[in-house]
This record gives sequence, structure tokens and C-alpha cells, in this order.
Amino acid sequence: MFWILIFPGFLFTVCFGLIASWIVRKVSALVQWRVGPPLFQPFYDVVKLIGKEILVPQEAQKAVFMAAPLVGMAGILLLSTMLWRIAFVPAKPFVGDIIVAIYLMVLPSLALILGSSASASPHAAIGTSREMKLVMGYELSLVLAFIVVIIKTGGTLNLAEIAQNTTVFSISNILAFLVALLCIQAKLGFVPFDIAEAETEVMSGVMVEYSGALLAFWKLTQAIMLVALPLFLVTVFLGGFGAGLAGVLAGLGKYVLVLVLLILIKNTNPRVRIDQAMKFFWVYCGIALVAAIILAITGNYYGIIWL
Amino acid sequence: MSWKIWSLKKSPWVYHVNTGACNNCDIEIVALLTPKFDVERFGIKLVGSPRHADALLVTGGVTAQAAPRLREVYRQTSKPCVVFCIGACACDKGIFATGYHMVGPVDKIIREIDPNAIIAYVPGCPPKPEAIISGVVKALSVL
Repeated sequence: MFWILIFPGFLFTVCFGLIASWIVRKVSALVQWRVGPPLFQPFYDVVKLIGKEILVPQEAQKAVFMAAPLVGMAGILLLSTMLWRIAFVPAKPFVGDIIVAIYLMVLPSLALILGSSASASPHAAIGTSREMKLVMGYELSLVLAFIVVIIKTGGTLNLAEIAQNTTVFSISNILAFLVALLCIQAKLGFVPFDIAEAETEVMSGVMVEYSGALLAFWKLTQAIMLVALPLFLVTVFLGGFGAGLAGVLAGLGKYVLVLVLLILIKNTNPRVRIDQAMKFFWVYCGIALVAAIILAITGNYYGIIWL
Repeated sequence: MSWKIWSLKKSPWVYHVNTGACNNCDIEIVALLTPKFDVERFGIKLVGSPRHADALLVTGGVTAQAAPRLREVYRQTSKPCVVFCIGACACDKGIFATGYHMVGPVDKIIREIDPNAIIAYVPGCPPKPEAIISGVVKALSVL
């Protein structure tokens, strides 16, 4: 219970995620040559949203509309607790947890699709259809990228073992990491792939009808995703957290590296269209991943570690 | 002061409503949101939906066509919220005061549906971005 509610679970992850989202806003501000928000800005936002009135549209499917944010947050919270546990106590894993992690990662997107399509708003409908296409686009590449790592580590499905056995500096691993980084970018709804909530076109699309505490739940879900997804990449591709204090510091360093890469991609790219995003993920990322899989299998077969 | 108002003052998200302005105030508002003035320092953010908004930046002395829309937008905004009348027209119909199609000003329309609405005024034709920042900060400090 302590694990779930306080330390690596809810409270810790939420605070960590809100600080991470402050880092995102602050670095974006510095890139645009301005001062940016104060440190506690994301906390103020969430407190304010919890204090506001909740409006539910008249035509909305009320139960689904209200439940969707909770489902999404529960899913991503479970994922982040799992990942923190693997980072801090790698000795007590369970078999095949990478598959559980992949399923849990889809849950916030699915909840978002459900909630926004229940809200009976045309803007949300456009956002929903874009989100669905985007999920279909990046999910394939993401799973292929994980398959590369599974091949490299000799077929294990255990995240702790993957973190210990992965070879970070091999061609296939780096290719898979880069593709997964772009998939995470799309999953977080960051700029080149923020098609579903495009503020300038569909008025924050999928979330357009949410207000008050329900919107706060979505903001918290996004903050937790900002912790969980880069952490997942660190665990799978970059060797995860090591033992002791030095290991934790190294792990946090890798996390910050992934976060800064995400922010820089976010700030240097314009938004793509949905068809461009699909083509990008299926054609270009697909080719890169097929090459990575072939390299990984060849490397395993002949025992060449850097392939 | 309740914690709701305290946190609202720390992060007022704004939604921009044009109720028949000549576009001059709107350009000043857009200029206000550019990196040069950096209102994100105060937690101010432009949002796309009135349901997310805490402050409505209303420009223009309300025309007969725009009045029902303004009422609808105010109803869709989740309370508590603040209404800012930006520019001379929004405050008191400005140079269009005698126009046949003007049913405003903004505060009259808003008070019709919510007599206790919090309304602040930033006069000027158009007000400079600095004046809007000063008006918003003053209004929030007395809230």
C-alpha cells in the first residue's frame, strides 16, 4: 500500500511528473528567449482545476465521460509504479512484464479516445479520430522496437533482466531507441505529433469538453506519462538504473537526457498532418526497424555484440 | 480568501472572445501573448475552449448578433471565472455607442445572466499590451 500510494506510486510520481512538466515549459521558454513560468506553476494549475466547477455536456454519455480520466490515470499510474519498482528493487520481478507494460501504456490513449467520443462535441470527434489513427500509427513501431531489444537480450520478457543484459551501444539498439523516442513523442502528444489536440485547429481536440477536476485528472495523467514513458525507455534501451546511489543518479541522468531530447524535438519542429505521421511511422520507422531486427538477429547468430 | 480564488490568481487561463470588435484590441491581445511580453511568467495561458478558461478577454461592444453567443460562452465557462472587458468598446461601447445594432456593453449582457459576475475593465482604444497586463494584475490583486 505504501508502495502504491506514497513512495514510488501516486504522490511521488505526481510531484515528479509536475516538476518534469515544469521543466518542459521552462526549457521551451528559454528556447524562445523568455523567462517562463515559476517552479510551482503546474501545481497551481492542478489545484485551481480541482477547485473549479465540473460541467458535463447535455448530450454526453455521462458515465463514460466521467470515468475515462480515472481509467487513464489508473493505468499509467500502475505502469509508473511498476517501473520505479524495477528501478529500485530489481530482485523481485514477475515473468513477462514487458507485455503488461505495453498494454498499460495504451490505456491512457484508449481512455482519452473513449472519454472524448463520449463528450458529443464535433471538435472532440475530430480529435478522437486523429488520436485513433495516431495510436495505430505509432503502436506498431513501438512494439517492433521492443522486439529488437528482446532479440538482443536472448528472448527474455522480463524488464529487470532486459535492463541488466542490454547492450546500449549497438547499432540495432540505437536505431530502436531513436524510433521509440519518436513514438513516445507521439504518445505524449508533443509538438510534431500533437495532431489530436492541435490547439490552433480543433481547440485542444480530445479534451475540449473537459473542465474542472476531470481536466485536472487529464493533466495529472499527462504529468505521470511524462515520468513513466521516458523511464520505460531508460529501462528498456539504456540499461536502466544501477545498484546503489550511483546507479540511481545514473538512471536519473539518463531520464533527464531522454526528457531533454523530447523537449528539443518538440521545440524545433512544426506539426505534421495525420497522413504524414502515419506514413512516417509505418514506412520510414518501419524500414529502420526491419533493418534493426535483421541486424540484431545476425549479431546474435554470429555473436557480434555491436550489431 | 478561499483556496479556489488563491489558485485562480496564480494560474488564470484566458479565452479570447470577440463580440464585434474592429480587430484592433484583438491584435493587441495576440501581441500580448507573444514571447516578447511572456505572460506565462504569471501563469497566464491562452486556451482553446471556454470550459478550460478562468478569464474571458472580451473585446468589442456587443452587437445584436454576438449577444446570445456571449451569453452562451459565459454559461460554458466553469465558475469561478473573471470577465475582462478589453478596450473602450467593451467597457462602454466606445465610438459605436449610438449604433443601431449595439446592445452592449459587455457588463450589461453578462449581468443579465449572472448578477454576481466578477467584471474588470481595461479602457483604451486599443489598450497597449502593457496596459492589459497592468489591468489584469491590478484586478487579480483586489480579487
